[in-house]
Amino acid sequence: MAEHSQQAGLAHQFENLEQQRETAFLGIWIFLATEIMFFGGLFASYTIYRYFYYSAFAEGSRILSVFWGALNTGVLLTSSLTMALSVRAAQLGKRRRLMIFLVLTMLLGTTFLGIKGIEYHDKFVEHVVPGIDFAPAGRVLAEVAPGGLGHAQLYFIFYFAMTGVHAIHMIIGIGVLLVILFQAKRGKFTTQYFAPVEVAGLYWHFVDIVWIFLFPLLYLVGGRY
Amino acid sequence: MSSHIVPFKTYFKVFLALLVLLALTTGMAYVDLGGFNTVIALVIAFVKMLLVMLFFMHLRQSSALMRTVVVAGFFWLAILIGLTYSDYSTRTWIQPPQSWSSSAPATHP
Repeated sequence: MAEHSQQAGLAHQFENLEQQRETAFLGIWIFLATEIMFFGGLFASYTIYRYFYYSAFAEGSRILSVFWGALNTGVLLTSSLTMALSVRAAQLGKRRRLMIFLVLTMLLGTTFLGIKGIEYHDKFVEHVVPGIDFAPAGRVLAEVAPGGLGHAQLYFIFYFAMTGVHAIHMIIGIGVLLVILFQAKRGKFTTQYFAPVEVAGLYWHFVDIVWIFLFPLLYLVGGRY
Repeated sequence: MSSHIVPFKTYFKVFLALLVLLALTTGMAYVDLGGFNTVIALVIAFVKMLLVMLFFMHLRQSSALMRTVVVAGFFWLAILIGLTYSDYSTRTWIQPPQSWSSSAPATHP
C-alpha cells in the first residue's frame, strides 16, 4: 500500500488515518470512563458523609472562599474554551494559532493551580488542615457541628483529598499539553493528522468537568445567607 | 469526527452559557431555598457538564461507539452510587438478634 508511507502520522498497523483516530478516541474515552469511576468513589463517599453530618459539612464549607472558588471555576471554563479552539486551529492547519491556544490553556491551568495554592495557604493559616493543629480560629465549630470537631475535620479531609487529586490531574494535563506544544512546534500535525491534540483536549475537558461538580459540592454547602 | 469544523461562534456561545450558569450557581448560594439549593446546584452542574461534553468534547459529532462508552461510564457510576446508597438506607430494616450484642446496632458510618 503505497499510501501508507505518504500519510504523515499513520502507524503501520492501521488501514487509514480515520481508523487510527477512532482507535485513539476509543482508548481515551475508555480511560475517561475509568476516571469517572475513580472520582466517582470520592464523590460517593463524600455524599454519604455529607448526608450524615450535614451541619458540620455546611460549617466547614462556609470557611472556604466563594470568590476564589468561583474565579477558579471561571479560569477552568476559559481554559476549556482555549483548548477547544486549539483543536480547531489544528483542524485548520494553523500551526501558530494552535501553539498560541495551547500556551493560553496551560497558562490558565497554571493560574488555577496558583489560586489553589493561595487557598491551601489560607487553610493552613486558619488552622483547618486535618491533623495539623485543627482548630479554626474565631469559630467554635464544636458547638455547631454535632459530634464535635471530628466531623468538621472529616469535611476538610474530603476537601483536601478531592481538590488535591484534582490538582494532580491538572498538573499531569499541563505536562501533556507541554508535550503536544513541542510536537506542534516541530510541525508534527497536519490537517489530516492531529488526533493527539484532540485526545489531550478530551482529558483536559474531563478534568474541567470534575471541577464543575467540585465547586458547588465543596464551596456552596448550606448556602451563605 | 472527520471534516466537520465547529465554528468559533458556537464555541464562544457555549462558553458564555457556561459563565452564565456559573454566575447562577454562585448567586444562588446567597438565596435561601432550603434543600432545593442543592438540587438546583446539581442540575446546573449537570447542564454545564452536558455543554462541555457535547460541544467542547465533540460528542455531538462522535460515533455511536464513543457515546456508548460514555453512557457505560455513567452507568457504572450509577451502580456505585446506587448500591452504596441502598446499603446505608436499608441498614435499619433488619435488626441483628438480641443475643448478638448488648449495645444497639450502629446505623451511622
